[in-house]
Amino acid sequence: MATKRVLNGNAAIAEAIRQINPDVVAAYPITPSTAIVEYIAKFVSDGLMTTEFVTPESEHSAMSMCVGASAAGARVFTATASQGLALMFEILYIASSLRLPIVAGIANRALSAPINIHGDHSDVMGVRDSGWIQIHSENSQEAYDNVIQAFRIGEHKDVSTPVLVTMDGFILSHAIQDMFVEEDEKVKAFVGEREPLYTLLDVENPITIGPIDFTDYYFEHKRSQFVGIENAPKVILEVAEEFKKEFGREYGFFELYKMDDAEVAIVVLGSTAGTAKVVVDELRSKGKKVGLMKLRVYRPFPAKEVADVLSNLKAVAVLDRAASPGGVGGPLFTDVRASLYEYTNKPILVDYIYGLGGRDIAPHHIAEVYDRLEKIAATGERGELLSYINLRE
Amino acid sequence: MAIRARLKDLAAMEDKFVSGHGLCPGCGIPLMLRMVLRATEHPLIAVNATGCLEVCSSGFPYTAWKVPWMHNAFENAGATAAGVEAAYKALKRRGKLPGGDKKIKIVAFGGDGGTYDIGLQSLSGAMERGHDIVYICYDNQSYANTGGQRSGATPFGASATTSPAGSKIPGKLQWRKNLTEIMAAHGIYAAQASVSHWKDLFQKAQKAIEIDGPAFINVLIPCPTEWKTKIEDGVQLAKIAVESKVWPLYEVENGKYKINYYPKKEVDVTEWLKPQGRFSHMFKPGNEWMIEEYRKKVLEEWDRLVRLTKV
Ligand SMILES: Cc1ncc(C[n+]2csc(CCOP(=O)(O)OP(=O)(O)O)c2C)c(N)n1
Ligand code: SF4
Ligand SMILES: [Mg+2]
Repeated sequence: MATKRVLNGNAAIAEAIRQINPDVVAAYPITPSTAIVEYIAKFVSDGLMTTEFVTPESEHSAMSMCVGASAAGARVFTATASQGLALMFEILYIASSLRLPIVAGIANRALSAPINIHGDHSDVMGVRDSGWIQIHSENSQEAYDNVIQAFRIGEHKDVSTPVLVTMDGFILSHAIQDMFVEEDEKVKAFVGEREPLYTLLDVENPITIGPIDFTDYYFEHKRSQFVGIENAPKVILEVAEEFKKEFGREYGFFELYKMDDAEVAIVVLGSTAGTAKVVVDELRSKGKKVGLMKLRVYRPFPAKEVADVLSNLKAVAVLDRAASPGGVGGPLFTDVRASLYEYTNKPILVDYIYGLGGRDIAPHHIAEVYDRLEKIAATGERGELLSYINLRE
Repeated sequence: MAIRARLKDLAAMEDKFVSGHGLCPGCGIPLMLRMVLRATEHPLIAVNATGCLEVCSSGFPYTAWKVPWMHNAFENAGATAAGVEAAYKALKRRGKLPGGDKKIKIVAFGGDGGTYDIGLQSLSGAMERGHDIVYICYDNQSYANTGGQRSGATPFGASATTSPAGSKIPGKLQWRKNLTEIMAAHGIYAAQASVSHWKDLFQKAQKAIEIDGPAFINVLIPCPTEWKTKIEDGVQLAKIAVESKVWPLYEVENGKYKINYYPKKEVDVTEWLKPQGRFSHMFKPGNEWMIEEYRKKVLEEWDRLVRLTKV
């Protein structure tokens, strides 16, 4: 039987890792993900985990160790945020390019400067082209469930690609919530064993990993590296299906909230979806046809599925918790907009940047966005493409 | 049973680093590898930092390595080897090693750039944490792979592409970093060796691999290309480096310094400097002070090392 617990996001992720008991955990502390590493250290120290737990001198080395350990066939986990993820940048590409499954738990946080410890998506958006699968969570339960599924997805032989599971720093990492923790044995059975195709430790069959390519092979190798993440959508859905059978909670590329007859909608990642749902309920009670798309899988981006849902709406606002200075809107916006390009029927799109450095987003801010969407839907007049929420200008 | 340091026996052993690699003629790296890869009966996994060795031995679709080999990046051979070791420990403990339980040793190779400079932090962390790995720095005193830029190991006076001997600045003005002592300060087995003294190198590699914990060896590697020397002079120059006290052979074990070879006769530093194009400007009129400075520092360092053996 699953037990009802009250856990913050960090504890929820650590709990999943305790149950999965990976071969190697190599992680470095940084606010707001530090507690994940501390919980794991304590579990190991109390004999609740038999993981080889290593504390490298930096995140760069943490990710380098993960790469070495994964190439040696181990099941590997790390956790980080912000500057730590940025410091890993170089090695994130190597991990995905060598098709090495690794799971990273991220409590996302703003990037310096100015230094700021609060949640936003700048860190994870900064690595969106690194070849990692990227899964967002709305609450502690989802963070826990996503980590459990991440091992199955990343280690699947057709995928063999690292996976990053993120939750909003502080808002989720440090806020306690009711959630279910499944039985240890059930989680272990669900995750199973990693079965690597090749490993460095197979000394009887020596392999060369990470060689140099010249112009004659690099491009072909690059292309073949993308196959893993291209195969991921099918596996993500299969794993979600099995997860639902085993544990009862449903997952997909995204969650649709009151979208069936919606005319306008917001697209958002992470914890803000929780706030937006409250607003949707309130507006719905007043008879407004508003809905919400909470994206879970950001990479690979489910372009067709997103566009199929949004194309019939009148107006859509994308809420970005990261900026792309000098670009055409935030990262989520550009992906959503590009997904709709082929469609004849499509909504008018606007982008909002919100919540940088942990700036609050309140229900009334979201209500204002819906208000504007309804006006856009009624008049066909878009106005500004990009606006900012709760910013003093 | 330990392998005997006899050339006849070693010559009969299989090469694990084979021909077909693209290292320059006269390069000292393969000489070092031939010794290190023979120094254990246990299976060995090699981890390689970016640099000449990695680039010249792994050009896809070929490999010169007959042992499992991995290259990750330039500055992280220490951490990568530590990661492989952590996986080995975990999988061994859990009875999940491919082909059953066995002892495997992990050896990392990095150039002086990848070790003295950009990879020092990663190496220091790995050594401090006590991973059972051997790290071998193949020190050719230059960022050779990228065309001979200065490194923290480049000797005083040397002309490198980022410390060129010009009309105002006569080459590199800083003394090289004493990496071997930095590593010894980690409380680990740390040694300095040279490809010219194969037996000493072999025995140090054997000891380092046998130790159950971290170990470090700094090996002087002649690089005819960046030292601007004759191809055939490499090993001889490495020998002169030892004889002239420029590159003392020593080891630090349990905090105790031991010089493994005391030069029998005086060999002046000019014998080391003169044949190398990178030092040629030091022999020009007006630059005599550079040679004097070089000599003075080498002898001072040697005296200090001798004193350390008496502590
Ligand atoms: C982060 C990073 N910075 C710079 C480089 C470029 N680079 C590759 S090898 C190298 C020099 C290697 O020097 P060393 O470690 O002494 O090895 P050697 O080439 O002499 O064998 C440099 C600067 C790189 N690959 N990665
Ligand atoms: S440049 Fe020097 S170190 Fe590099 S392969 Fe050539 S001789 Fe060897
Ligand atoms: Mg070098």
